[in-house]
Amino acid sequence: MGVYRWARQRSPWIVHFNAASCNGCAIEFFTAMTPIYDTERFGIINTGNPKHADILVMTGGANHRNARVIKNIFWQMPAPKAVVAVGVCACSAGIFHDCYNMLGGVDKVIPVDVYVPGCAARPEAIIEGILRAAELLAESGGEGVGGD
Amino acid sequence: MRQRTVIPFGPQHPVFPEPLQLKLHLEEERVIEAIPVLGYVHRGLEKLAEQKDFVQNVFLIERLCGICSFMHALCYCQGIESLIGLQVPDRARFLRTIWAELARLHSHHLWLGLLADALGFESLFMQVFRNREIIMDVIEATTGGRMIFCSCLIGGVRRDIPNDLLKETIARLDQAEKLLDQIAPVILAEYTVKERTANLGIVTKEQARKLGAVGPVARASGIAMDMRTLGYAAYGDLDFAPIVEEAGDCYARIVVRVKEMYQSFDLIKQAAKRMPKGEHALPIKRLLPDGETVVRVEQPRGELMYYIRANGSKKLERVRVRTPTYANIPPLLHMLTGAQLANVAAVAVLSIDPCISCVER
Repeated sequence: MGVYRWARQRSPWIVHFNAASCNGCAIEFFTAMTPIYDTERFGIINTGNPKHADILVMTGGANHRNARVIKNIFWQMPAPKAVVAVGVCACSAGIFHDCYNMLGGVDKVIPVDVYVPGCAARPEAIIEGILRAAELLAESGGEGVGGD
Repeated sequence: MRQRTVIPFGPQHPVFPEPLQLKLHLEEERVIEAIPVLGYVHRGLEKLAEQKDFVQNVFLIERLCGICSFMHALCYCQGIESLIGLQVPDRARFLRTIWAELARLHSHHLWLGLLADALGFESLFMQVFRNREIIMDVIEATTGGRMIFCSCLIGGVRRDIPNDLLKETIARLDQAEKLLDQIAPVILAEYTVKERTANLGIVTKEQARKLGAVGPVARASGIAMDMRTLGYAAYGDLDFAPIVEEAGDCYARIVVRVKEMYQSFDLIKQAAKRMPKGEHALPIKRLLPDGETVVRVEQPRGELMYYIRANGSKKLERVRVRTPTYANIPPLLHMLTGAQLANVAAVAVLSIDPCISCVER
């Protein structure tokens, strides 16, 4: 437990998927990776490959077309894994909640562990959300959070 | 006979954050045909705009695209103002110009950062984003928001920029311009960038016209098309000329965008210098839009067109949006045909600076 906990709290790798987002949160997520906010001081690295990732960062809500892609990315990630929904669209579809093509927040498709509100969510809030998810990973003790 | 393979590019791809999907038909390493697959970001915003009233719509329309949210609000507000016959105060026109150029600056910085990252210049990507934060700080100080400004309203702007804040803004932007002086030569004069982008994805002037290219893509092919020359907001009172390059390749498109960043700094300074005194918003009580109109503004990516039809009630009958990336997809497919697979992401796709949430709404 000790080693698992210690290892999982540090250096979580992230895969980011932009669902039906307006790009606002997606760009703020990228900003959080850059020198001013610098998530790399926590060992957080943005990887393109879901198979290398511990945390899935979702921006934007789920719609009929991208639901399959969201599930696909989620199930490609090895356990333990956590999902962070960034922005109101990912949390509940926000202003678009009654659009005909929207299913709702990301939690309609995959289990979400941390909700980061905001339109668009600020980089500081995104970093806090990711760190909370890293704590969840550490507490899971090998069981895995998010779905399994 | 050579075997054809189909490689899906996206919707989740490390180089490009947005869910753009291209089905690339390859023969060995060469792209024979690229087929765009759209719909991953479709929300149904145009339908939603018919269900809300025309004042609420400003906030909805801003959320059409996070990168150029101000441009969308500006275009929509100009359309409604022309329908209700409202003349915006002079100060509001100048303030709108300043925010529009700030939006262009942060959008072009984002594009430059992503391009640098795609070309393998990781530290340049970081430097561009550091510079972009100065602009984001200025936007936050003047509007209160970072991505979604909510500063453009029908009849003017939501808040004024006081003169002392305006001076501070210009000082901060001077700082950002100096930093850009260090960054821009790296991308423009670097041998490897030129080798990778020159003579690649060529769109000639005739092809650009035929394919309907807009914005920097058209201007890099020698077409002097810039909607700002229509003189909306305060652009009619400022001195500028569209930036045009003749080559039509990826390198020319990079040059056009980098020069436009300098042009934006210049336009903001001009607008600040000539800023008129007076009120910044007019009341719109008891005014309802009637009739139909077409409005065009210049987004960071090119010409943005709104068609608005109203029937004298609070709710609009139709809002149709035609975004620049939509117009630039045929030129993109033309560029991709015959390109090497390695150049698809870094060079061809980023050279049109796509914005998929604009296209699909």
